[in-house]
Amino acid sequence: MAQPVSQRLLGLTGKFLVVAVLGFIILPAFVVTIAAFNDKAILAFPPKEFSLRWFQNAINYRDFRLGFENGVIVMLATSIIALVVGSAFAYVIDRYRFRGRNVIEGLLLAPLVVPHFTVGLGMLIFAAQIGMTRTYTVVIVCQVILVLPFVLRSVYISLRNLDHRLELAAASLGAKPWRVLLTVTLPLLTPGLVSGWLFAAILSFNEFTAALFVTAQRTQTLPVAMYNYVREYADPTMAALSVIFIVVTATLLALANAFLGLGKVLNVEQAR
Amino acid sequence: MLSRPGDRQPTEQVAAEAAVRLDGVSKRFGPSVALDQAWLKVRRGEFMTLLGPSGCGKTTLLNLVAGFLAPNEGEIFIDGALVTDVPAFARQTGIVFQNYALFPHMTVANNVAYGLKARGVRKDEIRRRVAEILAMMKLSGYEERKPRELSGGQQQRVALARALVIEPKVLLLDEPFSALDKNLRASMQVEVKEIQRRLGVTTIFVTHDQSEALSLSDRIAVMSAGRICQIDTPEALYRRPADRFVASFIGEGSLLHATIEQMAGDSAIVSVGRSKIAVPAAPLSGLSTGSQVDLFVRPEHMQVGAPDTAAFEGQVAAAIYQGDHVDLYVDAPEAANGRLMMRLAAREAGGLSHAGSKVAIAILGEDAVAFPRTA
Repeated sequence: MAQPVSQRLLGLTGKFLVVAVLGFIILPAFVVTIAAFNDKAILAFPPKEFSLRWFQNAINYRDFRLGFENGVIVMLATSIIALVVGSAFAYVIDRYRFRGRNVIEGLLLAPLVVPHFTVGLGMLIFAAQIGMTRTYTVVIVCQVILVLPFVLRSVYISLRNLDHRLELAAASLGAKPWRVLLTVTLPLLTPGLVSGWLFAAILSFNEFTAALFVTAQRTQTLPVAMYNYVREYADPTMAALSVIFIVVTATLLALANAFLGLGKVLNVEQAR
Repeated sequence: MLSRPGDRQPTEQVAAEAAVRLDGVSKRFGPSVALDQAWLKVRRGEFMTLLGPSGCGKTTLLNLVAGFLAPNEGEIFIDGALVTDVPAFARQTGIVFQNYALFPHMTVANNVAYGLKARGVRKDEIRRRVAEILAMMKLSGYEERKPRELSGGQQQRVALARALVIEPKVLLLDEPFSALDKNLRASMQVEVKEIQRRLGVTTIFVTHDQSEALSLSDRIAVMSAGRICQIDTPEALYRRPADRFVASFIGEGSLLHATIEQMAGDSAIVSVGRSKIAVPAAPLSGLSTGSQVDLFVRPEHMQVGAPDTAAFEGQVAAAIYQGDHVDLYVDAPEAANGRLMMRLAAREAGGLSHAGSKVAIAILGEDAVAFPRTA
């Protein structure tokens, strides 16, 4: 190739940069994963000897089990409520033009700009007022507020990509509105709904900042339990838990990919 | 059941009713008027085309018939029954959209069966009718394909099959050919026309393509700015356009300065240059002798004449060779915008083909129409 040296240098630098950036993205997960298999009771990298004892510890630790159970309960409730509420609002915002539509859209997306600790603190004060500080309800309501924007966006984009003429064609073929909804609209929205649900579930399960405010000992979720643990101990149990986290999330995404295609679920492909 | 022509013989009383009737239907979107006082009767089995430029209201009219929109004023009848307030799903219309709007998550067979399922037709009956219509559309063997695995022409046939299998009272076609390439378009047009005639299904077809409209339609409603300008057969529209818009939208022609010489009942005599031409009086109502008008003449109705029969003289600006004929662009003061276009058989045009030649132009009297001059 008769390329000038400067060009080739530029090309090499570019490739190096891309590799470096990608490397930095996976570096934390990589380091933590390796550290999780350390035999010693310190968070060291690279480990000298390997063992699975910290995984055992993570699974058997009472607060983590409780946190995991709480997390799953909160995650399921949050993601389902957020999916229903978010989809309903997305539908209304997409299909109807009315006064105050922009205000509603703005309010629903507001949690994106309000810090999580503000939402958490607000919910805590409010919950204290009505005497509900130790309930799942307050945790779930708080998380629904936080994940709603993601569900809304996801379903809204799917609705925008849905060709309205498909519904008109179905209607002209004799399908009543509910039949159009069940046989045309919902099936074509499935990728958007799944992606919205998935975002909500993952975000809710990982959410820490607001959860720290609104959970009590009895209702604390896994990230809060992890925080409390790390304040007292500094052994590789945390790293082991992190690995479990990564594996569970990756499994969810892999399942979504297998059934629907990740491109569709993440809304990067037209749903056609 | 899909059918042989005999199946659809309506009783005489019903036959007297128009298949689709619009009585003074208007539709507004906010302040803009999409359709203004439309009156239309589509006969049973007729192929009616709504023709006009984009934004003329033709698609709005189609959506009103389908029941996708509700009119602000007026009434809509299908088969003599008032349907103005009947929802789309109960109107029994079949629609084919420009992009076909096939359900992407269903197979061809399920797309076609959709309307029958929605009507609660028995399973074996559905199977039989779907197979029948797919065979008719030359789609047998494609039952289990998804729409995206088909070519544009095949997708269109699926869309047609889906609309026709429910035996619609009226078939609505919304620019269905415009997404096809040129060769396929011509063959699909022939196919659609043939199927339409065979099934005898009343059809309303929306297009902005005048040649498509002229070749397919029994009658055409020419629309402009939310109004129906004229409803007539293709030939009548071409030969006797009711107004300036219809004249210029259908086919080609040139406007010439003319003066009314005489108004006599149904016809009027106008003079252009040294010639006098008879034209229909209807478009000129309200005008009197001496008024300035625009005479609309088709390119094939002007000839190179001997100087004594010619109406006026002009100078060739350009001659465009088109194979069997030559389009001659001539500059003359009598032409409304300074230039006219005439069409000569290739052998007559010899010797005139270079710019700057002087020509004497004679106007053949047939099918000339005059319109009031606009300010």
